[in-house]
Amino acid sequence: MSDHAKSSPLKSYFGVWIALLVGTYLTYAVAKLDLGPYNAAVALIIATTKALLVALFFMHLKGASEKLLKVVVISTIFFLFILVALSMADYATRWYS
Amino acid sequence: MSDSQATAQTSVHEDLHSPALLHHFATEEQQRNASSFGMWIFLGTEVMFFGGLFVSYLIYRLWYFGDFGAASKSIDAGLGATNTAVLICSSLTVVLAIWGAQIANRKLMIGSLILTMLFGLAFLGIKGKEYKDKFEEHHVPGASFSFEKVPIPGHPDQYANPRHAQIFFALYFVMTGLHALHMVVGLGIFTWLLIMAWKGRFTPEYHTPLEIGGLYWHFVDIIWIYLFPLLYLIDRHP
Repeated sequence: MSDHAKSSPLKSYFGVWIALLVGTYLTYAVAKLDLGPYNAAVALIIATTKALLVALFFMHLKGASEKLLKVVVISTIFFLFILVALSMADYATRWYS
Repeated sequence: MSDSQATAQTSVHEDLHSPALLHHFATEEQQRNASSFGMWIFLGTEVMFFGGLFVSYLIYRLWYFGDFGAASKSIDAGLGATNTAVLICSSLTVVLAIWGAQIANRKLMIGSLILTMLFGLAFLGIKGKEYKDKFEEHHVPGASFSFEKVPIPGHPDQYANPRHAQIFFALYFVMTGLHALHMVVGLGIFTWLLIMAWKGRFTPEYHTPLEIGGLYWHFVDIIWIYLFPLLYLIDRHP
């Protein structure tokens, strides 16, 4: 997992750092605009982009040689999806009864 | 008889063995992969742990939409944004510490570890200021909770229901509190990493504890990346 050290990763580290700071400013600024129902969507899209940047570059998920790692990450997301989807299938549809 | 065999075997064995390689692993890469694999599984369980809280947040946010907006507006978003930036900087210093170990730069490694811990402490300090404000405003759920006559964002003629706002603050304290607890644990881990680094235990060949501790730190950062917009930035527009 860590033999990516041949060429310096510093450029990508600092690039990701700047992108994360810009994303933080962006989410703060966008929250002050009235986008109606899209405020939450934009906030979550920015947050997910930031989380992906951290996972891919800082946690070295990008370029990880171990395939089992990807199985763990994908099944984690899948189980989280089950948790959210089945809970909302109940709570979000109670108005229709 | 087997004496010569035994000596031959040990000598072969010692040729293969780098001092950092544990007996039951074939190669150092396998050893590293096993360690980070274990950490990723742990992080998977942590996602589910926080996931339950995020789902309860989602349900109550949909039920008590305006009350949550009013309650969220009472939190200082500037402090939250500062804390986000502080954590992002700490994540950068974590990868710099690992890079320092990889190129055998002791100063970079130890300096970055110290900076990471300082950022972590700054985060907890700012969090403490936030909690202090909430205590003074009687926004802590419990007997002295008070949230009277706070208008709902977008509906200046309606006031938020204090009972519903109390649920927002309960979720706010549990989620940020659990996150802060993870930060405290992270600071403990990094204290240990700093001692190990100081003693010269980490080399370009072996610095797995740094990578594993770093994975944990980045994960706690990711949780905060979601907590910040969900707790601090809802219904902020005028």
